[in-house]
Amino acid sequence: MIDLVPTTSWYLVLAAFLFVVGMVGVMVRRNPLVMFMCIELMLNAVNLSFVAIGKQLGSIDGQSIVFFVMVVAAAEVVVGLGIIVSIMRRRNDVNADDLVGLKG
Amino acid sequence: MELFVFVVAAAMSVVGALGVVLRRNPVHAALSLVLTLFGVAVLFVAQHAEFLAAVQVIVYAGAIVVLFLFVIMLLGVDRAENLRTEPLASQRVVAGVTGLGMLVLLTLAALSGDDEVLSRGEGIASAVAESDANVNVRQLATSIFSDHVVAFEATSVLLVVAVVGTVMLARRRKTSSEVAQ
Repeated sequence: MIDLVPTTSWYLVLAAFLFVVGMVGVMVRRNPLVMFMCIELMLNAVNLSFVAIGKQLGSIDGQSIVFFVMVVAAAEVVVGLGIIVSIMRRRNDVNADDLVGLKG
Repeated sequence: MELFVFVVAAAMSVVGALGVVLRRNPVHAALSLVLTLFGVAVLFVAQHAEFLAAVQVIVYAGAIVVLFLFVIMLLGVDRAENLRTEPLASQRVVAGVTGLGMLVLLTLAALSGDDEVLSRGEGIASAVAESDANVNVRQLATSIFSDHVVAFEATSVLLVVAVVGTVMLARRRKTSSEVAQ
């Protein structure tokens, strides 16, 4: 059996794929909640690449950055969902196109 | 063994990521997101980032996805969305082309940088081999609480601002008649 060990590039390619899937999701989906999930997907892809590169370079800083990204992601989700809730209370349908009504 | 772990975790992540985008029901999309988050957590463990894997499961899968599900239920939008209709006809094509181009470019960049990156050392992995189980947590704590302590304090301010702001946003304002009572 061939002794294949996943290298950093494998992780980077996987992270690239996850990031692209999230990016396409943000562009294609209309539900703001699902768009938020796709943003989380992109953040996770970047976290994965940070950890992979940090391990490769022998530096713990990659993992420190991921820690801060997670904190910011949590804060972002809280604020974003608060905004979505307060908007959707006024209108019952959840669709990003409806937000055109916010235009002055 | 490492290869097996990578393949299984990567498959979990990819299937979950595709599920988030392709599932019509937002609840199913949120559950697919959990699958992806667990896959990424396994990949963190595979790269000796045990603390981050634990945080990933607790914060992401435990708190953020539950928050998503809570809002989905609260708003009552857990019915299936029709993905066939698309108001902007060309948007899917543009999104597909952009995504494909991005994927090709990122993959090429990752693969072409392989040799340069691989020439560096592997400090974390060798530290793990020093038979100390808590070395990852210790290294991370030293980094966060010494080198990045200002950023750490800033995140605490950020969290407080986020919590207060969300309470202000989501609070139901009293109408004038309620205030009069």
